[in-house]
Amino acid sequence: MTVQVDDELWSAVSDPSRRRVLDLLVANGAVSASWLAGHVPFSRQAVSKHLVVLEAAGLVSKRKQGKEVLYEIRADRLDEATRAMADLAAAWDRRLRAIKRLAEAAHAGAKKHRPRAEEKGADDGER
Amino acid sequence: MPGLAIERDVLIEAPAEVVWRTITEPDQMSLWFADRVQLVIEAGAHGYLGFGDQGGPVVVETVDPPKRFSFRWNHPRGEEPVVGNSMLVEFTLTPEGDERTRLRVVESGHELRDWPEAEQQRYADEHREGWGEFFDRLVVVLSEQRSR
Repeated sequence: MTVQVDDELWSAVSDPSRRRVLDLLVANGAVSASWLAGHVPFSRQAVSKHLVVLEAAGLVSKRKQGKEVLYEIRADRLDEATRAMADLAAAWDRRLRAIKRLAEAAHAGAKKHRPRAEEKGADDGER
Repeated sequence: MPGLAIERDVLIEAPAEVVWRTITEPDQMSLWFADRVQLVIEAGAHGYLGFGDQGGPVVVETVDPPKRFSFRWNHPRGEEPVVGNSMLVEFTLTPEGDERTRLRVVESGHELRDWPEAEQQRYADEHREGWGEFFDRLVVVLSEQRSR
Protein backbone atom coordinates (compact mmCIF):
# COMPACT_ATOMS: atom_id res chain seq x y z
CA MET A 1 0.00 0.00 0.00
CA THR A 2 1.25 3.44 -0.78
CA VAL A 3 0.59 6.89 0.52
CA GLN A 4 0.54 9.65 -1.99
CA VAL A 5 1.07 12.98 -0.36
CA ASP A 6 -0.11 15.77 -2.55
CA ASP A 7 3.03 17.37 -4.00
CA GLU A 8 2.04 20.94 -3.30
CA LEU A 9 1.15 20.19 0.26
CA TRP A 10 4.31 18.20 0.79
CA SER A 11 6.63 20.84 -0.54
CA ALA A 12 4.69 23.57 1.29
CA VAL A 13 5.19 22.06 4.72
CA SER A 14 8.61 20.54 4.15
CA ASP A 15 10.34 23.90 4.18
CA PRO A 16 11.28 25.03 7.69
CA SER A 17 10.82 28.70 6.77
CA ARG A 18 7.26 28.00 5.80
CA ARG A 19 6.68 25.98 8.92
CA ARG A 20 7.87 29.01 10.86
CA VAL A 21 5.33 31.16 9.01
CA LEU A 22 2.59 28.60 9.67
CA ASP A 23 3.59 28.51 13.33
CA LEU A 24 3.18 32.26 13.60
CA LEU A 25 -0.18 32.18 11.83
CA VAL A 26 -1.45 29.40 14.08
CA ALA A 27 -0.35 31.27 17.19
CA ASN A 28 -1.47 34.74 16.16
CA GLY A 29 -4.49 34.37 13.92
CA ALA A 30 -4.94 36.75 10.99
CA VAL A 31 -1.89 38.96 10.47
CA SER A 32 -0.30 40.92 7.65
CA ALA A 33 2.80 40.02 5.67
CA SER A 34 4.62 42.98 7.23
CA TRP A 35 3.83 41.76 10.71
CA LEU A 36 5.13 38.30 9.79
CA ALA A 37 8.31 39.80 8.35
CA GLY A 38 8.96 41.41 11.71
CA HIS A 39 8.88 38.02 13.41
CA VAL A 40 11.03 35.84 11.16
CA PRO A 41 14.75 35.82 10.36
CA PHE A 42 14.19 36.34 6.66
CA SER A 43 13.16 39.21 4.41
CA ARG A 44 9.73 40.61 3.71
CA GLN A 45 10.22 39.45 0.14
CA ALA A 46 10.87 35.87 1.30
CA VAL A 47 7.76 36.04 3.51
CA SER A 48 5.68 37.03 0.49
CA LYS A 49 7.09 34.14 -1.53
CA HIS A 50 6.32 31.67 1.24
CA LEU A 51 2.78 33.02 1.58
CA VAL A 52 2.22 32.48 -2.15
CA VAL A 53 3.30 28.82 -1.82
CA LEU A 54 1.21 28.29 1.30
CA GLU A 55 -1.80 29.85 -0.37
CA ALA A 56 -1.34 27.68 -3.48
CA ALA A 57 -1.26 24.61 -1.25
CA GLY A 58 -4.48 25.80 0.36
CA LEU A 59 -2.90 26.03 3.81
CA VAL A 60 -3.38 29.77 4.09
CA SER A 61 -6.08 32.13 2.92
CA LYS A 62 -6.00 35.89 2.63
CA ARG A 63 -8.60 38.59 2.98
CA LYS A 64 -8.66 42.34 2.76
CA GLN A 65 -9.37 44.35 5.82
CA GLY A 66 -9.36 48.05 5.09
CA LYS A 67 -6.05 48.77 3.41
CA GLU A 68 -4.40 45.67 4.77
CA VAL A 69 -4.25 42.15 3.47
CA LEU A 70 -4.45 39.64 6.29
CA TYR A 71 -3.36 36.02 6.15
CA GLU A 72 -4.70 33.16 8.21
CA ILE A 73 -4.38 29.42 8.28
CA ARG A 74 -7.00 27.05 6.88
CA ALA A 75 -7.57 24.50 9.58
CA ASP A 76 -9.30 21.93 7.35
CA ARG A 77 -6.34 21.74 5.02
CA LEU A 78 -3.84 21.56 7.88
CA ASP A 79 -5.81 18.64 9.30
CA GLU A 80 -5.51 16.93 5.94
CA ALA A 81 -1.76 17.56 5.90
CA THR A 82 -1.44 16.14 9.39
CA ARG A 83 -3.26 12.98 8.40
CA ALA A 84 -1.18 12.56 5.25
CA MET A 85 2.04 12.84 7.25
CA ALA A 86 0.83 10.38 9.88
CA ASP A 87 -0.09 7.97 7.07
CA LEU A 88 3.40 8.26 5.65
CA ALA A 89 4.99 7.35 8.98
CA ALA A 90 2.54 4.45 9.32
CA ALA A 91 3.51 3.26 5.84
CA TRP A 92 7.16 3.00 6.92
CA ASP A 93 6.15 1.12 10.06
CA ARG A 94 4.29 -1.39 7.90
CA ARG A 95 7.24 -1.74 5.52
CA LEU A 96 9.71 -2.26 8.35
CA ARG A 97 7.49 -4.93 9.87
CA ALA A 98 7.34 -6.69 6.50
CA ILE A 99 11.15 -6.47 6.10
CA LYS A 100 11.58 -7.93 9.58
CA ARG A 101 9.27 -10.82 8.77
CA LEU A 102 10.96 -11.55 5.43
CA ALA A 103 14.53 -11.29 6.74
CA GLU A 104 13.80 -13.41 9.79
CA ALA A 105 12.09 -16.06 7.67
CA ALA A 106 15.01 -16.06 5.20
CA HIS A 107 17.49 -16.37 8.04
CA ALA A 108 15.58 -19.16 9.80
CA GLY A 109 15.27 -20.98 6.44
CA ALA A 110 19.00 -20.62 5.73
CA LYS A 111 19.87 -22.00 9.16
CA LYS A 112 17.63 -25.01 8.66
CA HIS A 113 18.55 -25.89 5.09
CA ARG A 114 22.21 -24.76 5.00
CA PRO A 115 23.28 -21.99 2.63
CA ARG A 116 22.20 -22.32 -0.96
CA ALA A 117 24.97 -23.26 -3.37
CA GLU A 118 24.40 -20.35 -5.74
CA GLU A 119 25.16 -17.83 -3.01
CA LYS A 120 28.53 -16.43 -3.83
CA GLY A 121 30.71 -14.70 -1.30
CA ALA A 122 31.27 -15.62 2.31
CA ASP A 123 28.01 -14.20 3.66
CA ASP A 124 26.72 -17.54 4.82
CA GLY A 125 30.09 -19.05 5.65
CA GLU A 126 30.02 -18.75 9.41
CA ARG A 127 27.31 -20.45 11.40
CA MET B 1 18.74 18.61 10.47
CA PRO B 2 15.39 20.21 11.18
CA GLY B 3 13.93 19.50 7.76
CA LEU B 4 11.00 17.26 7.18
CA ALA B 5 12.05 13.83 8.39
CA ILE B 6 10.39 10.60 9.32
CA GLU B 7 12.52 8.23 11.37
CA ARG B 8 11.63 4.68 12.18
CA ASP B 9 13.60 1.62 13.24
CA VAL B 10 13.12 -2.05 13.91
CA LEU B 11 15.19 -4.81 15.49
CA ILE B 12 15.50 -7.86 13.27
CA GLU B 13 16.61 -11.35 14.34
CA ALA B 14 18.88 -11.88 11.35
CA PRO B 15 22.43 -10.87 10.35
CA ALA B 16 22.93 -7.61 8.46
CA GLU B 17 23.73 -9.48 5.21
CA VAL B 18 20.31 -11.13 5.23
CA VAL B 19 18.55 -7.85 5.99
CA TRP B 20 20.60 -6.20 3.24
CA ARG B 21 19.35 -8.66 0.66
CA THR B 22 15.77 -8.18 1.82
CA ILE B 23 15.91 -4.42 1.40
CA THR B 24 17.90 -4.27 -1.85
CA GLU B 25 17.00 -7.24 -4.05
CA PRO B 26 14.21 -6.17 -6.43
CA ASP B 27 12.23 -9.40 -6.05
CA GLN B 28 12.40 -9.01 -2.27
CA MET B 29 11.56 -5.31 -2.48
CA SER B 30 8.36 -6.14 -4.30
CA LEU B 31 7.30 -8.13 -1.22
CA TRP B 32 7.51 -5.25 1.24
CA PHE B 33 7.53 -2.11 -0.85
CA ALA B 34 6.33 -1.45 -4.38
CA ASP B 35 4.30 -3.85 -6.54
CA ARG B 36 6.72 -3.35 -9.39
CA VAL B 37 10.40 -2.72 -8.78
CA GLN B 38 12.70 -1.92 -11.66
CA LEU B 39 15.97 -1.10 -10.04
CA VAL B 40 19.67 -1.83 -10.30
CA ILE B 41 21.39 -1.47 -6.95
CA GLU B 42 24.18 0.78 -8.03
CA ALA B 43 24.90 4.37 -7.01
CA GLY B 44 23.37 6.70 -9.61
CA ALA B 45 21.15 4.04 -11.17
CA HIS B 46 17.70 5.21 -12.32
CA GLY B 47 14.74 2.95 -11.71
CA TYR B 48 11.00 2.85 -11.24
CA LEU B 49 8.70 1.92 -8.40
CA GLY B 50 5.12 1.04 -9.28
CA PHE B 51 2.29 1.07 -6.74
CA GLY B 52 -0.83 -0.27 -8.38
CA ASP B 53 -1.61 2.07 -11.25
CA GLN B 54 0.62 4.77 -9.77
CA GLY B 55 4.35 4.99 -9.42
CA GLY B 56 7.37 7.08 -10.05
CA PRO B 57 11.05 7.26 -10.76
CA VAL B 58 13.67 6.49 -8.17
CA VAL B 59 17.41 7.15 -8.22
CA VAL B 60 19.84 5.15 -6.09
CA GLU B 61 22.17 7.35 -4.09
CA THR B 62 24.28 5.25 -1.71
CA VAL B 63 25.11 1.55 -1.88
CA ASP B 64 27.40 0.42 0.93
CA PRO B 65 26.64 -3.24 1.72
CA PRO B 66 25.63 -4.30 4.28
CA LYS B 67 25.52 -0.95 6.03
CA ARG B 68 23.87 1.82 4.06
CA PHE B 69 21.42 2.03 1.20
CA SER B 70 19.68 5.18 0.07
CA PHE B 71 17.61 6.46 -2.79
CA ARG B 72 15.75 9.60 -3.82
CA TRP B 73 12.19 9.71 -5.05
CA ASN B 74 9.13 11.96 -5.22
CA HIS B 75 10.94 14.38 -7.50
CA PRO B 76 9.09 16.10 -10.35
CA ARG B 77 8.87 14.06 -13.52
CA GLY B 78 11.56 14.92 -16.04
CA GLU B 79 13.86 16.41 -13.40
CA GLU B 80 16.92 14.89 -11.81
CA PRO B 81 16.38 14.40 -8.09
CA VAL B 82 18.52 16.73 -6.02
CA VAL B 83 18.38 18.23 -2.55
CA GLY B 84 15.31 20.43 -2.54
CA ASN B 85 13.08 18.69 -5.09
CA SER B 86 12.94 15.14 -3.78
CA MET B 87 12.67 12.90 -0.75
CA LEU B 88 15.71 10.93 0.41
CA VAL B 89 15.12 7.49 1.91
CA GLU B 90 18.12 6.19 3.87
CA PHE B 91 18.42 2.74 5.36
CA THR B 92 21.10 2.11 7.99
CA LEU B 93 21.88 -1.40 9.20
CA THR B 94 23.66 -1.77 12.53
CA PRO B 95 24.58 -5.22 13.88
CA GLU B 96 23.53 -5.79 17.50
CA GLY B 97 25.28 -9.04 18.31
CA ASP B 98 25.93 -11.86 15.82
CA GLU B 99 22.48 -12.50 14.47
CA ARG B 100 20.60 -9.36 15.18
CA THR B 101 20.36 -6.14 13.18
CA ARG B 102 18.89 -2.76 13.92
CA LEU B 103 17.37 -1.39 10.72
CA ARG B 104 16.70 2.32 10.70
CA VAL B 105 14.95 4.25 7.97
CA VAL B 106 14.89 8.00 7.60
CA GLU B 107 12.83 9.68 4.93
CA SER B 108 13.73 13.33 4.74
CA GLY B 109 12.71 16.26 2.64
CA HIS B 110 13.83 19.67 1.81
CA GLU B 111 16.78 20.83 3.79
CA LEU B 112 17.23 24.35 5.03
CA ARG B 113 17.99 26.79 2.31
CA ASP B 114 17.91 30.47 1.44
CA TRP B 115 19.04 31.40 4.93
CA PRO B 116 22.34 32.71 6.21
CA GLU B 117 24.22 30.00 8.08
CA ALA B 118 23.94 31.65 11.48
CA GLU B 119 20.17 31.81 11.11
CA GLN B 120 20.06 28.19 10.00
CA GLN B 121 21.94 27.19 13.11
CA ARG B 122 19.71 29.25 15.37
CA TYR B 123 16.61 27.83 13.79
CA ALA B 124 18.03 24.33 14.03
CA ASP B 125 18.74 24.84 17.73
CA GLU B 126 15.26 26.17 18.34
CA HIS B 127 13.55 23.52 16.25
CA ARG B 128 15.16 20.20 17.03
CA GLU B 129 11.78 18.66 16.50
CA GLY B 130 10.84 17.18 13.15
CA TRP B 131 7.61 17.63 11.28
CA GLY B 132 5.94 15.04 13.48
CA GLU B 133 6.13 17.16 16.61
CA PHE B 134 5.31 20.21 14.56
CA PHE B 135 2.08 18.67 13.39
CA ASP B 136 1.25 17.19 16.76
CA ARG B 137 1.50 20.67 18.17
CA LEU B 138 -0.59 22.15 15.37
CA VAL B 139 -3.33 19.62 15.97
CA VAL B 140 -3.45 20.58 19.65
CA VAL B 141 -3.57 24.29 18.88
CA LEU B 142 -6.19 23.82 16.18
CA SER B 143 -8.47 21.74 18.35
CA GLU B 144 -8.14 24.30 21.13
CA GLN B 145 -9.08 27.06 18.74
CA ARG B 146 -12.12 25.15 17.56
CA SER B 147 -13.44 24.47 21.00
CA ARG B 148 -13.32 28.16 21.86
